[in-house]
Amino acid sequence: MIDFTLSQRDEAILENQREQAMLCRKYARYYDEHEEEFAPDVLPEADSFESKPLPETDSARDTNGAVMGMLTTMMQNYGDYTIRLRRGKGGLGNAALAASGTPEQVERWRGQTLAMAITEPGCGSDSKAIQATAVLDEATNEWILNGEKIFVTTGCRADGVVVWATLDKEAGRGGIKSFIVMKGTPGFDVTHKEKKLGIRADDTAAMVFRDCRIPRDHLLGGKESVSRKGGGGFKGVMKTFNMTRPAVGAIGIGIAQAALDFTKEELAREGVVIDYMAAPHQRSAIAEKLIEIEADIDAAVLDILHSAWLSGEAKPNNTEASIAKAKGGEVARTATQRCIGLLGSLGISREYLLEKWFRDSRITDIYEGTGQIQRLIIARDILGYSAAELS
Amino acid sequence: MISFSPSEEQELIQQTVSEFAQNEMREISRECDETGSVPREFLEKTWELGLVNSMIPEELDGGGMERSPVTTAIVLEELAFGCASLACAALSPTTFIHPLLDFGTDEQKKEYLPLFTGTSFHAASMALAESHFTFDLGALRTVAEPKGDGYVLSGIKRMVPLGDRASHFLIIARSASNEGIGGVEAFIVPRDAKGLAIADEGEKTLGLRALPLSKLELERVEVAASQRLGGEQGIDAAQLFAAARTASLAVGLGLSRAMLETSIPYAKERYAFGQPIAQKQTIAFWLADMQIEVNSMRWLIWKAASHLEHGLPAAKPMALASSYAQREMIKIADNGLQVFGGHGYIRDYPVEMWYRNARTITVLDTVAAL
Ligand SMILES: Cc1cc2nc3c(=O)[nH]c(=O)nc-3n(C[C@H](O)[C@H](O)[C@H](O)COP(=O)(O)OP(=O)(O)OC[C@H]3O[C@@H](n4cnc5c(N)ncnc54)[C@H](O)[C@@H]3O)c2cc1C
Repeated sequence: MIDFTLSQRDEAILENQREQAMLCRKYARYYDEHEEEFAPDVLPEADSFESKPLPETDSARDTNGAVMGMLTTMMQNYGDYTIRLRRGKGGLGNAALAASGTPEQVERWRGQTLAMAITEPGCGSDSKAIQATAVLDEATNEWILNGEKIFVTTGCRADGVVVWATLDKEAGRGGIKSFIVMKGTPGFDVTHKEKKLGIRADDTAAMVFRDCRIPRDHLLGGKESVSRKGGGGFKGVMKTFNMTRPAVGAIGIGIAQAALDFTKEELAREGVVIDYMAAPHQRSAIAEKLIEIEADIDAAVLDILHSAWLSGEAKPNNTEASIAKAKGGEVARTATQRCIGLLGSLGISREYLLEKWFRDSRITDIYEGTGQIQRLIIARDILGYSAAELS
Repeated sequence: MISFSPSEEQELIQQTVSEFAQNEMREISRECDETGSVPREFLEKTWELGLVNSMIPEELDGGGMERSPVTTAIVLEELAFGCASLACAALSPTTFIHPLLDFGTDEQKKEYLPLFTGTSFHAASMALAESHFTFDLGALRTVAEPKGDGYVLSGIKRMVPLGDRASHFLIIARSASNEGIGGVEAFIVPRDAKGLAIADEGEKTLGLRALPLSKLELERVEVAASQRLGGEQGIDAAQLFAAARTASLAVGLGLSRAMLETSIPYAKERYAFGQPIAQKQTIAFWLADMQIEVNSMRWLIWKAASHLEHGLPAAKPMALASSYAQREMIKIADNGLQVFGGHGYIRDYPVEMWYRNARTITVLDTVAAL
């Protein structure tokens, strides 16, 4: 049945998340302004924090786990992008491991935080153009990696990294494989930590691989053959993103919701009322704008939940995951932009978090495929075009 | 539970209506627009499908389906995918029936619903829009003054669907004593009521031309207390309006999807500079955006409809869906027309008609009554 209500248990879960998020928010400004420090993995409040007990599960009423995952992500980011009461292990590389690793690999690197290194100085969106190479040394059964990676999220703090490198540049996408490289491996160095517009408490690293040798069984998924025709393993790796793209949308929308709620509360204090039933000529311009932002956010939320719901139901969601990311990223940045506009000059004060949310949310339309790249994916899907036909 | 899963019944209805829209609507759509009329046979065919009376209870010889605004939204999207004006014409009686189901007293249901359970199309509709530019549900100019046990209605209603043939109207009016949305009432008024004048000539409009629309003048029309919808209790005008508006948004959604799905094959077949225009990013990205917005609008509309279905206050989700759709529907129609270039401007293609219809439905959304 088509339904948009939450069960009591769903609500209790989100209420617990909300309380944690509001605790985390207290640290948001400090770590934004002290980007050289890492936020603690466990906040001082963690031990004394008590989650409220949850009502029993009721499978006839409870929302599916994938959808709850998105709502949880939104709520966490409503508090702050980076800070968590207890930061869990894991990074983008773990999603790749789960999606493409052999059972042995999944077991072996369980519990480690793995970053994901695709982007290079010379290419980002066009990930098939990567230049990093992997060459097999048959004598020692080792891969030798060479290349440079940039913009690696949690590259500094991670235990290891999933790196994309090509076995054969001529083969294009079919030659690209991913490898697991752990910190401390000779020839693997983190060289730089970026200074950014926003999400400053999050580390973003540059790294180099210079004749970096790793065991042969560190090739993710274990398939060494190079496909000359199609994408080979590339498509499988890209599938990882069907789960993470809606989550990026959810991150952006959690932040946008924080910005809107703050803006509405401050304006309400100044007497701005929103009457959803008012006729157009009776509504103030500012109320009209607030309703527009709220509508945009709701649309993005529903796109995100829809794509997650599909994956929870084990239905294909390639197009929908890109819709969720495209809409989420777009609304995240435009909503926060507009909220500052509505609050005027105090809207930019660092006394408040709004200006931070404006900076933080902006990333969600860039990484894991920019808004344009999402539109390419959607357009190819609805037009039945290959990447060669529409690029 | 958050779920995007239609019920089996909804899936079945969707499929049936979708086929009907393909087979019975697209082909006649242009001619109906040109002649500004809706063929009797078409209305009879939709009647046979049982779409209008499906939610009337079985005891009253109706379809006996649960009253579901979500199902209504699904049906309207599919019908409007075929043709928005014909969809409106065919389902206009539901603007009378659904409020009766939602708010009518048992006596009112027994008296009026059987009108719609016969074997041929029966017209009735809601009269909401008024004769001035700043329409405001909270400040209607059609007034109901108490007189004796009943009321006296005065005012002008515009853009009333099926006004040329309706046997009854649901006149939305403001009670003389009560301000704001809380003072909005609905009255069942028969066509031959004394003091009710229906303009001979239909309203002439930019779009939705196949839908007959009329101007009604009420000059001290006397109605009995029993004709006040909901009896003593009256109605919940916010919910009634939300239901009406959500339904009309669903028409716009079907129209938007038609634009998208017609633009896709055209863009693939039309060559410019040695390439299908769909391979140009500007065009491809418009199409991607159309897809994004069609999805987004559908979920917003379903959400508002689902609120109605649960009996939750729907004014807010409806206002959000409406704000969003007002902006996006016209953009979709606009870009869709642009995909067709000069051909989009010529009446050989349905595109210019859809462009007019999109502009029409997005304002009828606030004033008309589907
Ligand atoms: C904070 C941060 C964290 C990141 N984390 C990671 C990470 O963990 N791992 C990782 O591998 N990468 C990461 N990235 C990199 C990120 O994924 C890329 O920056 C992003 O994919 C865009 O690539 P680019 O920067 O090279 O831009 P480019 O590819 O150079 O694009 C520039 C502009 O051109 C547009 N464009 C490109 N191609 C097309 C096309 N075909 N059609 C239309 N427009 C096009 C883009 O949309 C963009 O607007 C991160 C980046 C940042 C800033």
